[in-house]
Amino acid sequence: MLARVAGRIYWMSRQMERAESMARILGVTSNLVLFGESDLQRQNLLAPLVITGSAEAFFERHEELSVEALIEFLALDRDNPSSIVCCLDWARENAHAVRWQITSEMWETLNATWLEVRALDPKRITGAGANRFLDWVKERSHLFRGVTYGTIMRGEAFNFSRLGTFLERADNTARILDVKYHVLLPSVDDVGGALDYYHWTALLRSVSSFETYRLLYRDQILPIRVAQLLILERRMPRSLAACFDQVKEAMDRINGQGDQSAKRLAYELHARVTHADIEEIFKNGLHEYLTDCLTDMDELGSRIQRAYLGAV
Amino acid sequence: MAVYDEMRSEDGAVRPHFRSLAAWLADTPAERVAEKRREADLLFHRVGITFAVYGDEEGAERLIPFDTIPRVIPQGEWIELARGLQQRVSALNRFLHDIYHGQEILRAGVIPAEQVLTNAAYEVAMVGLELPNHVYSHIAGIDLVRHDDGKYYVLEDNLRTPSGVSYMLENRKMMMRLFPELFGRQSVQPVEHYPALLLETLRAAAPPKVRDPVVVLLTPGPHNSAYFEHAFLAQQMGVELVEGGDLFVKEGFVWMRTTGGPQRVDVIYRRIDDAYLDPLAFRGDSVIGIPGLVSVYRSGNVALASAIGAGVADDKSTYPYVPEMIRFYLSEEPILPNVPTWQCKRPEDLELVMDRLAELVVKEVQGSGGYGMLIGPAATPGALEEFRARIQADPANYIAQPTLSLSTCPTFVGHDIAPRHVDLRPFVLSGREVKMVPGGLTRVALEAGSLVVNSSQGGGTKDTWVVD
Repeated sequence: MLARVAGRIYWMSRQMERAESMARILGVTSNLVLFGESDLQRQNLLAPLVITGSAEAFFERHEELSVEALIEFLALDRDNPSSIVCCLDWARENAHAVRWQITSEMWETLNATWLEVRALDPKRITGAGANRFLDWVKERSHLFRGVTYGTIMRGEAFNFSRLGTFLERADNTARILDVKYHVLLPSVDDVGGALDYYHWTALLRSVSSFETYRLLYRDQILPIRVAQLLILERRMPRSLAACFDQVKEAMDRINGQGDQSAKRLAYELHARVTHADIEEIFKNGLHEYLTDCLTDMDELGSRIQRAYLGAV
Repeated sequence: MAVYDEMRSEDGAVRPHFRSLAAWLADTPAERVAEKRREADLLFHRVGITFAVYGDEEGAERLIPFDTIPRVIPQGEWIELARGLQQRVSALNRFLHDIYHGQEILRAGVIPAEQVLTNAAYEVAMVGLELPNHVYSHIAGIDLVRHDDGKYYVLEDNLRTPSGVSYMLENRKMMMRLFPELFGRQSVQPVEHYPALLLETLRAAAPPKVRDPVVVLLTPGPHNSAYFEHAFLAQQMGVELVEGGDLFVKEGFVWMRTTGGPQRVDVIYRRIDDAYLDPLAFRGDSVIGIPGLVSVYRSGNVALASAIGAGVADDKSTYPYVPEMIRFYLSEEPILPNVPTWQCKRPEDLELVMDRLAELVVKEVQGSGGYGMLIGPAATPGALEEFRARIQADPANYIAQPTLSLSTCPTFVGHDIAPRHVDLRPFVLSGREVKMVPGGLTRVALEAGSLVVNSSQGGGTKDTWVVD
């Protein structure tokens, strides 16, 4: 497959996943700020900016940190390249460039999403309207992923689409966990009060795993179990383990005789979550562990770009 | 003389080859046909058979109107047309080979040397280069019109990157889908094998030592007006649709960047103009070309379809000489006549053109797509005077022809059926031999009385049937 075409498909999938992740983070944030004292509230409001590494850009444009300003900046701002509308624009532009190499259903899904976003009235994306919008973004991402899975030929286009989706998702899960842990700063055995409970629940909901937690542990919400679920539990489809399973599988299917460094790193990341123990991770520092993972995922992205997709 | 009606003879009787269709039209309730037309519109929109119009709002995509009444050509007439097309394209390819080699036609004085050698499309880099099968124009679209006398005339030759064949194929698919019963009534010759013939033609153009040539289609990109066709043909042939940035030159060959590493490319069906092919050889500002491509081409390690410099043969100032080329190279009389043409660079022709401007069609010699032309009878006095000044300023840039009244074919207009003017563009493929599929693309001017069939100027298309 042409490197350019593979690159477009890979980025198209990453951007849709990124839009979904952003919608998840914002959705939880807008619920969380209803609780807690002002210091914690501020931490919660800051979290989305820390997760996306865009705090500095935010404060260049906004003085007040509020849910409205966050939505404006992270969902609707066309000058913020990681905003939801930019991700959707960019995904559609990539799809347009390869619309004859993807299925017509994929193209129509992204194009219809884009058309709706273009017709959007920002004034209506506040309060309950904001939540409706964020839910809609999640739905469009689910639809796109399902349409892709259900229509595309199992070949390089499929492989690079999967690679983009799951690398982006792993990146997002690691960031959310890292930042939330930092906000809550629990000790390993910390059980916490009602407020903490609410926060952990919110974190689980942001990655659609509250029900999974209940099913698997049937117990109080303990920070260490949350980490176990989000990092090592491969039955949970947004965990690092599940994402790295998919990344490794896609890598295995990619037909590349040349540069093997990307495949090697994908295997290393996979091994890291397969043969791991959550107690040990905590002993050595969760933040350090997640930072290492994020650095290596970033490096994996660069190697994929170099080995298969050509220079950007 | 009355305008030639494709369906009815002068006494109003339906011509034999149109009888089956006419009977079906008479039998079918108007609502049913109207419903089918709406269905066709929807389908075309969904499939995305659109084209971009230059100068329109950026990225604007329009649907080319599709008319559901086919144009029918009897088999006997097509056989004669096909012979004429084969003859004409063969002579044009012989001409191109000659002017880049022995230049016998120039030495014989059949065509003035300056007409060829000072032509902007004449490319010195091609001199002495040997091409497989001596083919320069692998895909030719020859525009034909039928005059009042019932005869076909060649209006122009398109030897470089003629477009429209995707509409020919999609129109047929649409007709079979909407009106399957029509195809049961009579045997319509198939056109669906065109992509296979095209691929065969392109593979035949490969450097001779290559056993299993890799073919690609080179497009300027999604913003080009014919991008749909590029993507469509690549998909139908099962070849990669590449942009300039996908290809690079290394160690004397052309390669494409794939996820599995560089892959060698042997044949490039390029849908970009000579000037943009290689920034090292031609326009340095081209961002859609491949640096070094021309040097690989000259060494014979990659084939281009069409060849560089083929445009000198389809220039409108060369057109008047094509009948002479046929006589010179093939020792045959032309089967398909030219439209009489006056060359404004000749003082006596210029005088005549100026006198009769209001009756004539005037075209720029390098123009295409219906841009930059004057249709005398339809022009306002102001437009006539403006064009007169343009011709005076640069006579060599213009040719003039009598206004041909193109034949008409019944066409849906609003809720009625009315005659509208049509032309015909068959696609002629030259590989080891000359081949074509029966028929071609029929373009129709949807405005009453209009003679401009170009899609960029509001023309539509029809399915074209060759029937026994």
